[in-house]
Amino acid sequence: MRKKPTSKLRQTTAAGWGMASPAIVLMSLFLIVPFILAFGFSFTNQRLVSPNPTEYVGTSNFSQLLSFDILTIEPKKAESGQLIRDDDGNLTYPRVRKFTRKNPNYPELKGMKEWFSWSSGDDRVVMLAKDVIFIKALVNTVVFVLIVAPVQGGLALLLALLINQKMRFINIFRTIYFMPVVMSIIVVSILWRFIYDGDDGLLNNLLSILSFGYFEPIDWLGRTDTALGSIAAMSIWQAVGFHMVIWLSGLQTIPASLYEVADIEGATKWQKFRYVTWPGLRNTAVLVLIVITMQAFALFSQVNVMTRGGPLDSTQTLVYQAVIRGYEKQDIAGGSAISVILFLIVLSISLFQRYLTREKT
Amino acid sequence: MKNIIKIGSAIMLSTLLTGTALAEAKLSMWYHGAGEQVSIDIITGVINDFNASQDKWSVELENFPQDTYNESVVAAAFAGNLPDILDVDGPVMPNWAWAGYMSPLDLPENALDGFLPGAIGKWDGKVYSVGMWDAALAIFTRKSILEDHGIRIPTLDKPWSGEEFNAALETIKAGGKFDYPIDMGLAWTGEWFPYAFSPFLQSFGGDIMDRTTYTTAEGALNGDKAIEFGNWFQNLFTNKLSPGSSQDGADRDSGFIDGKYAMQWNGNWAALPALEKFGDDILFLPAPDFGEGSKIGAASWQFGVSSQSEHKDGASAFIEFTMQDKYLAQFSEGLGLIPATKSAAAMTEKYKAGGPLEMFFDLSNEQGVLRPVTPGYVVAALDFEKALADISNGADVVDALDAAVDAIDADVVKNNNYGF
Repeated sequence: MRKKPTSKLRQTTAAGWGMASPAIVLMSLFLIVPFILAFGFSFTNQRLVSPNPTEYVGTSNFSQLLSFDILTIEPKKAESGQLIRDDDGNLTYPRVRKFTRKNPNYPELKGMKEWFSWSSGDDRVVMLAKDVIFIKALVNTVVFVLIVAPVQGGLALLLALLINQKMRFINIFRTIYFMPVVMSIIVVSILWRFIYDGDDGLLNNLLSILSFGYFEPIDWLGRTDTALGSIAAMSIWQAVGFHMVIWLSGLQTIPASLYEVADIEGATKWQKFRYVTWPGLRNTAVLVLIVITMQAFALFSQVNVMTRGGPLDSTQTLVYQAVIRGYEKQDIAGGSAISVILFLIVLSISLFQRYLTREKT
Repeated sequence: MKNIIKIGSAIMLSTLLTGTALAEAKLSMWYHGAGEQVSIDIITGVINDFNASQDKWSVELENFPQDTYNESVVAAAFAGNLPDILDVDGPVMPNWAWAGYMSPLDLPENALDGFLPGAIGKWDGKVYSVGMWDAALAIFTRKSILEDHGIRIPTLDKPWSGEEFNAALETIKAGGKFDYPIDMGLAWTGEWFPYAFSPFLQSFGGDIMDRTTYTTAEGALNGDKAIEFGNWFQNLFTNKLSPGSSQDGADRDSGFIDGKYAMQWNGNWAALPALEKFGDDILFLPAPDFGEGSKIGAASWQFGVSSQSEHKDGASAFIEFTMQDKYLAQFSEGLGLIPATKSAAAMTEKYKAGGPLEMFFDLSNEQGVLRPVTPGYVVAALDFEKALADISNGADVVDALDAAVDAIDADVVKNNNYGF
């Protein structure tokens, strides 16, 4: 009799491990092991296809991705020392490639590319990066997350509040909002490519009808200023239903008695949301925010199907670059290095979000 | 008594047959044509003929979708599961040969006499793959369009010069009868870019890589000639002479036939529908000569022997068997491909002397240029594609080409010069 509690505990533990084992095995096999491998590969020159042996290369894959420099270029001068101006009166500058290609005076700039530039007096200051495509992918991904996380989370909450009512046919609305989530993202992407078509796409036609023909058709995916926004809008629409369901489950855990009390106290609708609903959704909000952030950082399929990173790198993303480099360009080490950087970014953001939304005691 | 002998010999014969059937070695073969029934039917016919023609080997076919075929081979090579006979795209072959996926072919001498240069896959001085067909590109247009606009009809011997071609595009644009004077096909991505557009670059005098060393693209892809090419290419799109990268696939497929485009840069595989639609009015014209002669891309899908095969002699024998004129002609008749030999071409309706597509055989034979024959090509092709896509979208030409050069050179260094 004395030993019974321990043995029962042990049994429970065994049963617990038994039930968890399928998930543990699959997750180690397809998530943890590949990640450890990627971490290892990122310090080598591992290729996808090669008879050459793999060699340890230290951190060169990372320094390749994260090298920056600043170059100040003086305007062109005539021999008299006078500044040369073009027909519009603007100063002219020698090309950046004069400094970064085959120039023994600037060995540290070899192979660097212009990221962006600004004027400082008569001089032109150029921000150089070794791997501009990666930097652009990083910036695009962050912009995408900054758009998607608040908008998708907010819209999902709005939809959840709308469908959290006792109304006839409410299930029809729930189904409609949830439908895009169960569709394959590839199919959704292909459909939206037609919707965004620059000549006779649905969106252009719709805007043209609504504006009585004043609207000039826009090539949504073919312009650098609209491509990323178009992909963000479509991504928000596609996954909003999923987060709506999570919000809904949160809403339904809030006891109805709290609302009854609020009614008796004579609270307005806004007060009920602000002081009853929102505090009750605290844990749900943390979950939704973290999940959306992680999903948004993993943006790949939409880009792969709709723009392939173009036009002019305006839709490059980290995961897309990792896949392109690892598989298409056979550079497993380079792709792994990007994955490791992405992991570190997402990890630190998640920890930071946890810190911000912690229970304040 | 006679009956007994008959039965006895029948039994003996049947045991003999089963005996040989057991001794037959199985050869697996991978093919990129899943979903293309005509293509599969023809290759199955060739395989059945081969299996019936001898009793040492028996070939078994497995089909893969073209889009993921290369990935399947790479994955199989890792796992040690390569088939005996491999289907390989011409420009990719050096990469696989270098990586040790393939073995050189064991063909009798003179076996390749008369084959189009684009159908022979050579790497490091040895033949690794042979194609039953090649493909060729031409400018599709209509005689009536050129005559209406007063444009000279070029010939194989006297193609348009670069200036003539540009002037023709401007004339048609000014005429205003078409959405675009020419369709370069930017809706097609991937290998289409280097296959279709690097010959223009070569005609200007540049190249994807420096073919004297194969270890750098510096000078070849960003020299003066290449920059000249880049500016010309960009002008096609900024000046609305051709639809750009947002063209949708449906317009690419039917735009010329529907009369949206006056001309189209397209391959022989699209020739039959155009021929049916326009009949005698159709013209297939050679690429313009930008200084170094008219050039088009060469090499299509070919067959080779895997290095992991236990029956390399059998795999080689099968490939030699497929190289018969009658099979080359069958593929050409069924799929519209250019047969790899003149004698096979003579057996087809379309490519024989005086046939409506005869022009394509001559194009392939006289102007076909292989894409750089190096293991690094598969990566260089992607960098080239990106540079051209960016240029067509309005990027700075010199910077785009420089970026491609640096990417190609960095890849070469990472691979210890690919053995060069």
